[in-house]
Amino acid sequence: MRFAVLVFPGSNCDHDAYFVIRNILNSSVDFVWHKEHDLSNYDAIIIPGGFSYGDYLRAGAIARFSPIMESVIKEANDGKPVIGICNGFQILVESGLLPGTLMTNKKIKFLSQNVTLQTETTNSIFTRNLDNGQHLTMPIAHKQGNYFADENTLKKLQDNDQIAFTYAAINGGNPNGSVLDIAGIINEKRNVLGMMPHPERASENILNSKDGIAIFESMIGAS
Amino acid sequence: MINYPKVTLEIATEHGLKKEEYKKIQHILGRDPNYVELGVYSVMWSEHCSYKSSIKMLKTLPRSGDRLLVEAGEENAGLIDIGDGKAVAFKIESHNHPSAIEPYQGAATGVGGIMRDIFTMGARPLVSMNSLRFGSLENSRNRFLLEHVVEGIADYGNCLGIPTLGGEVVIEDSYAGNPLINAYSLGIVDTNHIASAIAKGTGNPVYIVGSKTGRDGIHGATFASVELTAESESRKSNVQVGDPFKEKLLLEASLELCKKSWLVGIQDMGAAGITCSSSEMSAKGECGITIDINKVPRREPNMNAYELLLSESQERMLVVIEKGFDKELKEIFEKWDLDCTQIGNVNDTGMIKVYEDGELICDVPSETLVLGGGAPQYDMPVSEPVYLDKANQFDIHNLEEITEYNKSLVTLLSSPNITSKRWVYNQYDSTVRTNTVQAPGGDAGVIRIKDSQKALAMSTDCNGRFVYLNPRLGGQIAVAEAARNVVCAGGEPMAITNCLNFGNPEDPEVYWQFKEAVTGMGEACRSFNTPVTGGNVSFYNESTESAVYPTPVIGMVGLLDDVAQSTTMEFKDSGDFIVSIGSINGSLGGSEYLKTIHKRIEGPIPPLNLEFEMRVQDICLEAIKSGLVKSAHDLSDGGLGVNIAESVIKSKSGLGAKINFARKLRNDELLFGECQSVIIVSIAEKHLIDLVTIAQQYDVPTQTIGRVIDEPKLVINDLINIDRDSLEDAYHNSFEKIME
Repeated sequence: MRFAVLVFPGSNCDHDAYFVIRNILNSSVDFVWHKEHDLSNYDAIIIPGGFSYGDYLRAGAIARFSPIMESVIKEANDGKPVIGICNGFQILVESGLLPGTLMTNKKIKFLSQNVTLQTETTNSIFTRNLDNGQHLTMPIAHKQGNYFADENTLKKLQDNDQIAFTYAAINGGNPNGSVLDIAGIINEKRNVLGMMPHPERASENILNSKDGIAIFESMIGAS
Repeated sequence: MINYPKVTLEIATEHGLKKEEYKKIQHILGRDPNYVELGVYSVMWSEHCSYKSSIKMLKTLPRSGDRLLVEAGEENAGLIDIGDGKAVAFKIESHNHPSAIEPYQGAATGVGGIMRDIFTMGARPLVSMNSLRFGSLENSRNRFLLEHVVEGIADYGNCLGIPTLGGEVVIEDSYAGNPLINAYSLGIVDTNHIASAIAKGTGNPVYIVGSKTGRDGIHGATFASVELTAESESRKSNVQVGDPFKEKLLLEASLELCKKSWLVGIQDMGAAGITCSSSEMSAKGECGITIDINKVPRREPNMNAYELLLSESQERMLVVIEKGFDKELKEIFEKWDLDCTQIGNVNDTGMIKVYEDGELICDVPSETLVLGGGAPQYDMPVSEPVYLDKANQFDIHNLEEITEYNKSLVTLLSSPNITSKRWVYNQYDSTVRTNTVQAPGGDAGVIRIKDSQKALAMSTDCNGRFVYLNPRLGGQIAVAEAARNVVCAGGEPMAITNCLNFGNPEDPEVYWQFKEAVTGMGEACRSFNTPVTGGNVSFYNESTESAVYPTPVIGMVGLLDDVAQSTTMEFKDSGDFIVSIGSINGSLGGSEYLKTIHKRIEGPIPPLNLEFEMRVQDICLEAIKSGLVKSAHDLSDGGLGVNIAESVIKSKSGLGAKINFARKLRNDELLFGECQSVIIVSIAEKHLIDLVTIAQQYDVPTQTIGRVIDEPKLVINDLINIDRDSLEDAYHNSFEKIME
């Protein structure tokens, strides 16, 4: 399985995603610069965290106009797995691949801390290796992670089993005010995942949690 | 043509130059300087750039060692060899005055500046830390400063994607009105890609890259070299404005550039902008640089050479490359959407020659501008401060003992200097780049080094109150504590960087503090074999009331041969023995307890024997390397009571500790007295004998003082008996309550 890690000006978790795929999972991976146009040679796409375009205007709002995004949308519509982490989630929302929006955290401040996630669905390429309700500990690091959507959208997310992860009521619970405690969602076709927490930062024991690796292993199909 | 004012002695004085300095300039040039040249000399000879009042003392510090790849002051940051073809670049620097006026931008650009010092050497910054000091948080102005300084650091560092691994937040009245904002950064570079801040090769092109030049920060260096006054608020134009996104692009572009064989030299533009970078690079290469100032990209119209040369606009670099590689250079910066403009060439005259509208408006020998060259160096008068005698009269017999020990412990755990700074560091991304082994909140930060077994431990430390009460001993203790913290995390101390924050050096009592503290630091650094790799001196830290506490902040870096050595402070398993290495002999002089509970700031402070300290640290490190130690935490602020409480609070839920411990000390001394050279470790019962054997080889006393228990409470003799929830509440929630 060959991964693409997109690089926008201001991406800063690109190296972290690359490291996990290549060094921990021994899979094939390339950085792909945002001015490229073609992702057809890849089997999965990672949109990493960071501050694309400095978060100017609004987090993810400028990156969605980068040339590479046309290709991301095309591949996503063709069913290719796309995972957006943190700023990547914000870009997915801005580009319309996922519904809703990410507002400034309830307490306005940037939040860098460990959270515990609860797995809400195992019916996706990203979560198929997990158990329903399984707890995963990993860091968050964001200022705009407060997920919001209107009632109709939320109902659709629930009815279609599109909520991937919620913040569990452990260690202080929901840190940022997200509606329904949502930490990550998938699209209707179940091939696009956006999540605020960082599984790539919790993929080795030396980093104090290895819980995140299960998401990438699910994508690869390894157990 | 621009009409510059005619230069007079009066104008020179307004630029901060002394009369004799102005005469020296006339002597160097053999004529009167023009207005542009005066501006150039005034910034380069300001205290901030020239170190004219401190350099003679700095030269007494140990500045070389086996691991050092460049000597202190030679490049933008210190560089130490860690084997496997890798080197560590690290440095700490102050941004005190800008932050006092404009806390958000002041702190943000402090972070940006120190990062550029690291990546201009070709090193990718991997860690940032911050030592912050403010006046009492009961005052809303100080809370405002703290809140916005932290936000500025967070927004800048987080955007850059460099984890902040902690540092210090210290609250003392003496910092009211003049907070200390010291930013630290550390990066790693392959030794074959180290870049140098040098210009050479006559005819080689000189480029300015990165952001455009504006009017911000003009005379920032001069501003940093005077005391803050009531008018300082109006000097906001002296404060630079940061753009972390631009910095991130500049970082990536510069690191690509540093791998190219045709790069000659690169230097960031911080203080004194184009002036400082061009004169330092050419002085180092024993050449000159010719600049056509009209070519500098600018973001405001009608800027003249004076402004362009002195602007401290952020996120810029000066680059010298070999002739014929212009296309390759431009490709790199185009990719990152950054300006890259040739503004001149290297010349062989040794002169900085600046042309404006075709006219030569600056023609000065670069060597005469720089530290180590023609910049002035002064011996400063000293006089032992009169406060010292009176401030060191503390006698325990004259202190009424407060016997509500549980309450005192909770008060200490709630006090701003001891309580958890989670409110602060949770705003800093601490896990990006997936190297963070020990995040903020411990004795030291630890990162692993990818593609190797090794790791780095680092700590910034200074007890300014101790240095105030005894500058020489306080200087020694700052180094000893920083080393001890690194050792507790499992690292072997390698070298330090320092940020020396003092008052007005022209005050003989302040300079006496400076001289004594630097002497003490030097003694400790020699003793621990941890040379000084560089850093920064910040004088004129005075508010309207008085000088700040003399505060030489030490940034210590240590190496872990194996990341598995990483050791934390929290207790691990019920039944483990709690053992002191060294001799607990606390005293209350200068202590956090005496200040917080009795509202007294009085010495004498605890003594330190450097040779004994070294042995204590060696034992701890050897025991860690042998796999004996489950937790290690040095005894410092708040004494034994706070030390044990912290190891309980951070342990997994359900654990507690029971201490039984006798000494010929008063109970308040036993519980809260502070002393040097003590590390508390926890170990499995079966390893006790191994630890004792190691300690005996070093002739250092160890004592089993208690055990980890599976009840969530802390018991010390019959003095303290308190449930864990109360400790956690005081420790975790107090800072938030103060701020909100």
